Amino acid sequence: MEYLQITWFILIGVLIIGYAVLDGFDLGVGVLYLFNRKEEDRRTSLNAIGPVWDGNEVWLLTGGGALFAAFPPVYATVFSGFYLALMLLLVALIARAVSMEFRGKIDSPRWRSLWDWCFALGSILPALLFGVAFGNILRGLPIDIDGSYLGTFLSLLNPYALLVGLLSVVLFTMHGAIYLAMKSDGDLRSRMTSIAVVMWIAVVVVYAGATFVSTFVSPFLFFTILGDPIFWVLFVLLLLSVLTVPVWLKSKRYFIAFLSSSTMIAMMIALSALSLFPRLVPSTISDDYSLNIFQHSSSQLTLTVMLIIALIGVPIVIVYTVFVYRVFKGKVSIGPDSY
Amino acid sequence: MDAVLLARLQFAMTVGFHFIFPPITIGLAWFLVLIEGLGWRKHDETYVRIGKYFGKILALTFAVGVATGIVMEFQFGTNWAAYSKFVGDVFGAPLAAEAVFAFFLESTFLGLYLFGRERISKGAHWFSILMVAVGATISAFWILVANSWQQTPAGFVMRNGRAELISFYDAVFNPSTVVRFLHTMGAAVTTGAFFLTGISAYLLLKGREIPLAKKSMAIGVIGGLVIAVLEVMPFGHEHARQVARTQPEKFAAIEGLYSSTKSAPMVLFAYPVTPPPELKASIEVPGILSWLAFGDINAPIKGITDFPLSNTPPLWLTFVSFHNMVVLGMYFILVMAYAALKLRKGTLWTSTKLLKVFLWSIPLPVIACQLGWMAAEVGRQPWIVYGMLRTEEGVSISVSAGEILFSIILFFIVYAFLGSLYLYLLIKKIKHGPDPASSLSSNFDQAKEVTA
Repeated sequence: MEYLQITWFILIGVLIIGYAVLDGFDLGVGVLYLFNRKEEDRRTSLNAIGPVWDGNEVWLLTGGGALFAAFPPVYATVFSGFYLALMLLLVALIARAVSMEFRGKIDSPRWRSLWDWCFALGSILPALLFGVAFGNILRGLPIDIDGSYLGTFLSLLNPYALLVGLLSVVLFTMHGAIYLAMKSDGDLRSRMTSIAVVMWIAVVVVYAGATFVSTFVSPFLFFTILGDPIFWVLFVLLLLSVLTVPVWLKSKRYFIAFLSSSTMIAMMIALSALSLFPRLVPSTISDDYSLNIFQHSSSQLTLTVMLIIALIGVPIVIVYTVFVYRVFKGKVSIGPDSY
Repeated sequence: MDAVLLARLQFAMTVGFHFIFPPITIGLAWFLVLIEGLGWRKHDETYVRIGKYFGKILALTFAVGVATGIVMEFQFGTNWAAYSKFVGDVFGAPLAAEAVFAFFLESTFLGLYLFGRERISKGAHWFSILMVAVGATISAFWILVANSWQQTPAGFVMRNGRAELISFYDAVFNPSTVVRFLHTMGAAVTTGAFFLTGISAYLLLKGREIPLAKKSMAIGVIGGLVIAVLEVMPFGHEHARQVARTQPEKFAAIEGLYSSTKSAPMVLFAYPVTPPPELKASIEVPGILSWLAFGDINAPIKGITDFPLSNTPPLWLTFVSFHNMVVLGMYFILVMAYAALKLRKGTLWTSTKLLKVFLWSIPLPVIACQLGWMAAEVGRQPWIVYGMLRTEEGVSISVSAGEILFSIILFFIVYAFLGSLYLYLLIKKIKHGPDPASSLSSNFDQAKEVTA
């Protein structure tokens, strides 16, 4: 009975991790974009993510769809509660999507510069809001007995959430820098490597700080997990991946460094999810009002049907996604069909 | 203004704007499957050049479609939280299926189609545009499942204050899914056909790329005639028959049938006024509506005044949008049939007037899609889920009217800008014409080297 809810909790976690790992690097490439002033570097950046960013963004859509399908009251509360924040996110994602398509269409520096700004801001804002949303959920939201969100847009921008927002920005920037280093060479590669190292230091500092602050802001997150063996497995994986990123970067093994930084992101999200379990959104008014997976899920039949859909569909998605990444593997070359 | 009306306006604006683009991409994608397939099997570079030309238009349209489509999925939760809680158990699975089976497929293979021409074999490249078309079609299917369930809910029980799924099959294949899907797909392919013919007509009128434009024009005219006929008969006809049976208020509203009658007339032209509901200056053919809807010239059909006033949809908008859609549908058949005749005679290429008609007809199927969508969704009012949940009960209570108004203004500005840019770039791409063959042959050699 409860296995289905737990399965869907894990699956939604996997979708969020998939989104953060995949769209994380192309948002990161967008954040780095303003630091790459040369037209050649900018085109390399765009074409490094060109064939894949759209598929990456689908992970967000699928995560939203799965939350809607598996836990409708949670989807309803969070999405209506985060109304203005989501509207801003959507506008940013629109600006980002069209700027890549539009920028190369007219050969004028001012035209390109307009879309370059749209692309960079449209990447920074989602990277920040991802962490802000996560921070607010870890902190808990003012949710009443009916599951209605009682806060405002400004109350979402609290210092703790902004700290987690900063974490996601530096994390995605590091991830994007490693990806771009893997896809480029020469001057661009060496600059990306040093940015990745600086960002790595920032990630370690901000993550440690955020974890420390969390023990005061949301002590409930730490009540049970320390005795859970899964926690220690995830924690050791996180430590290993954090420690190895600079080692691989130094030895110029970019692909393995990219896998390490992907693991890092995955473990950070998995640890947060584990500490929330079985809640999806804690209530700051009373833990009895928290939205949890057992009381706020869809019916058994819907969860079963969706599990079948996922079991058939997801392996197919993984197969062709891997295939497409293999087709475009190696360094970026700019050809007639490029941006 | 109250929050419910604002939420509806915002949703209508964002869906309406989004729905400009998917019919174009779905239609063009299927024509590209045909064109790229011909290029691959016949080793004919002309088809490859047509593919590249229209592939760029597909990419531009797809980008705007995706960008505006993300908004839709979020808005169920942002604007219609109570509705999301009510329908989530039924509605969620089709949306999840759409994401897993369709979104990944179309977006991943579009990247491969656009960027991979020189990295994969010609067969694999054709397969990638096929997967884009299949993905877009599956996407249309699942979103129309969700939409159809709102119109004709099935396969559920009311439990725990929400609609709970009891039969996935019945919910997916509810009474309006299949006809709505066919009718919408027909509309999309018609839209693609008019893009193909209109742009080819432009090249012919300008005297550019004549051999290439003749080929794409011929494909568009033949494909367009077949689909324009199918779209009305049987797809449109069957859809109307389904509405007559499952949503009689909507049927009465769109057909302009205001009082119950035996042998109901088909209203060809009229101007509806209220209250009381009345058709001015109407031209009617007696008995035809009864015959079309129920196969019997004397079949009785309920008029709008025989339903409780609180359950009837707005009359003017439903009547006007539906009738104009039908007029456009007939126009599409006529234009395509006339062009097909001229194509057979070999005089199509010199019929400047007809070619101009094609050029100016490019936006008409998009307008027809919008009108059909209006008739379907406004005709569903006052229900958000027909017979189960009223629209005003579905809104988000934690979102204020001010917040919605802010987002309406925000999206209006963004979409006005986006729409103008789309048009500007579309026209620029069309005017630029297909890339010359010379630069292409070198790519061809490169491609051979890569695939060899």
